[in-house]
Amino acid sequence: MATILEVKNLRKFFHLYILNNKQIEALTDVEFSMEEGEIVGLTGKSGSGKSTLMKTIYRTYLANEGEINYLSSASGIVDLVTANEHTVLELRRKEITYCSQFLKVIPRVTAVDVVADPIVKKESDRILAREVATELIQKLGLPKELWDAFPSTFSGGEQQRINIAHAIISKPRFLLVDEPTASLDAKTKDIVIELILDLKKQGTSVLLITHDEYTLSNLADKIVHLQHGRIVEQTYA
Amino acid sequence: MSSSIKNDWVLKVENLTKIYGSYSDETIALTGPQRGTNICPITGSIVACANISFELYPGEVLGIVGESGSGKSTIVKQLFFDMEVTNGNAYLKPYKNGTVNILTESNQKKRYMRNHLMGMVYQNPRDGLNFSFTSGGNIAEKLLMADMFHVGKIRERASSLLSKTEVPVARMDDLPAYFSGGMQQRVQISKAIANNPPLLFLDEITSGLDVSVQAKVLDLIRGLQRELGIAMIVVSHDLSVIRMLTDRTLVLKDGRIVERGLTDQILQDPQHEYTQLLVSSLL
Amino acid sequence: MIENIKFNSSYNFAFIDETTKKEIRRKLLKAICIPGYQVPYSSPEMPIARGWGTGGLHLTLALIGKTDTLKMIDQGSDASVNACNLRDFVQLTTNCKTTYDTNEATLIQTRHRITEEKLTDKQIMVFQVPQPEPLRRVERYEYKTRQMHAESDYAKMWLTLYEAFVKWGDVMHGAGYPVMVNGRYIMSPSPIPRWDVPNLNMADCIYLFGAGREKRLYAVPPHTRVEPLEFEDVKFHIENFKDVKCESTGYNIAYMDEMYQDDGITKKFYINDSNFLDKMIEKIAVNQHSNKYINQLKKNEQ
Repeated sequence: MATILEVKNLRKFFHLYILNNKQIEALTDVEFSMEEGEIVGLTGKSGSGKSTLMKTIYRTYLANEGEINYLSSASGIVDLVTANEHTVLELRRKEITYCSQFLKVIPRVTAVDVVADPIVKKESDRILAREVATELIQKLGLPKELWDAFPSTFSGGEQQRINIAHAIISKPRFLLVDEPTASLDAKTKDIVIELILDLKKQGTSVLLITHDEYTLSNLADKIVHLQHGRIVEQTYA
Repeated sequence: MSSSIKNDWVLKVENLTKIYGSYSDETIALTGPQRGTNICPITGSIVACANISFELYPGEVLGIVGESGSGKSTIVKQLFFDMEVTNGNAYLKPYKNGTVNILTESNQKKRYMRNHLMGMVYQNPRDGLNFSFTSGGNIAEKLLMADMFHVGKIRERASSLLSKTEVPVARMDDLPAYFSGGMQQRVQISKAIANNPPLLFLDEITSGLDVSVQAKVLDLIRGLQRELGIAMIVVSHDLSVIRMLTDRTLVLKDGRIVERGLTDQILQDPQHEYTQLLVSSLL
Repeated sequence: MIENIKFNSSYNFAFIDETTKKEIRRKLLKAICIPGYQVPYSSPEMPIARGWGTGGLHLTLALIGKTDTLKMIDQGSDASVNACNLRDFVQLTTNCKTTYDTNEATLIQTRHRITEEKLTDKQIMVFQVPQPEPLRRVERYEYKTRQMHAESDYAKMWLTLYEAFVKWGDVMHGAGYPVMVNGRYIMSPSPIPRWDVPNLNMADCIYLFGAGREKRLYAVPPHTRVEPLEFEDVKFHIENFKDVKCESTGYNIAYMDEMYQDDGITKKFYINDSNFLDKMIEKIAVNQHSNKYINQLKKNEQ
């Protein structure tokens, strides 16, 4: 099986000009790799650098040193640290999706449309895409009266479901998911876990951040533990 | 990797420079963000923008952000031939397969590009619309420029554009002077996309509108972008507009690009001092 | 020493001095070479004010020779004050022959009409033009209209036609309907009625246009395409005299004058071109213009 992600010697710090040039070390010497179809769990205390690492892989943060080699199905190995923006955007469109802790959706778009958005390529696809989206949020137990409401008005748990549905609907090749089960009840949690396992069966590789033991033990093939921005332990489940 | 991707830009800009007044060889070195000014201390000439280079890919939305006077509008006005350039090259893929510097083409060729390959929406609807013609007539002008000489077809196209931009078709034969600001802006957008251009410039299009109308215009642009896949350059001083519409962003200060990156990276991990200030000022 | 011809005699042949005539002829040649293009020229002083037919007069005087026969028309009539005075002036300064008969003239100066009688390749028609710039009503700056002509940027002109259609259901430009000459320049045909516009197309004669006040001249050489601007679905059409007949002749395929009678209510119609009217009354055979619009009318008559 091929290595889909190889992080080498990664360093990330924040230089804050507006705080008297304060420099905050966020990640130091981070090295790990992921195989295709593997689910890797990132663990560690709050502030240990889990989300920073995930955002750096997604290129929302720019790494200062090191390499993030991603094996793209279309264009071979791409170093996400140095790849040009256009390439990164193409990968985001076609292969990599990121599901953050917080819902950041465009205002005034209904729940179904938010979820359907990643698979609508042409306007003519919209009806079909909405059907797929509806099925998915139904599976996630979102009440029917919310389907055509705006997610910005939803509760935490409801937003979380929209967020997950939005991330997985396109069946990405590589899924980055930050606390997918945090504000969900036990039943929905199980559904989410099942959905992610489903994706795995179809070949998706998943990088997962969670504090939740239950989610972690049910999903992760491998656990990478972070402390103060360094990897202190890597264990296989 | 993939040189194939790198070659399918729709617009490529190299070293675009605009200087007002007579300048010397040192003018560019003596101005810019490090010097904190765009006025040359020796010649007194004003560097509106200098050494601007970027590429734009099909279907991509590029934001240009910066404070007033940073040279944002100058860039798009030069690319839309509203303004003469001092220096620089630009290539447009749909025009002669991107092999010719469009900035040095003849006026007639530039007019062809403006009419067939580009669209522009200005901050002030008066710049993009002729207020003595009806709103349908304004759209018709663009279609006539592209040699559509069939009144019935012109009116059909105009009404479909107006309904797409949510302007009541019943008001097609009214003067835009009698419209609200938001509606004028929609008519302007209809006109700009009338010939299905592969490239659209939006210059501070929501700046003169109140918040609720702003939101609607932004929704409209986003919807059109999704539907038509037009490559766009969005100029704005407003980071929320940039966040909502764009994939990539250039940050401009004193006529230079101080930072460029993916829009979410610019907003969440700004590298340049000026960008950090800008992002931290976001309400 | 330069001989001062101008002040040696009371005036030169055809009033204008030879050097200036040459200049006007050179500009006319240029105008002939670029059909529909407005050529700036000197517009020398005349003993009449600019705007009263000086442009036409310049052209006529620059062209006329001792053997020419002149006809002078003002809106179809040779007898109006304007026509009489201009004719007398040219005749006085050249001693040329003048005529009323369209067929006999070699040089015809006209204001706002083309003769109903078709002109031959032996004849030249000179128009007096008040406003040579067809784009003036859409663009007030001269430097911009010149640029628009240079770049064939005529969308605004077309737009006025579109707007007229939207507002009135028809393109309402009456006199001076804009035409496209040789597929290149939009030209003002001077304020001739729409009836006359098709007669500019593929003519045997030379049509010359002079605007004295605006200092411009232009030309339509023989056998040149002159097409009124029209949309694919909204077509150009000429004036409609379907239900009226000329009181004197009973004929109605000609441009008509509308005459209110003394009671102020009833009106009668007469053929506007007085020479054509007289020939019709005297039953002299006339070779009238033919074009697709007139042919259609004739076909409908049958």
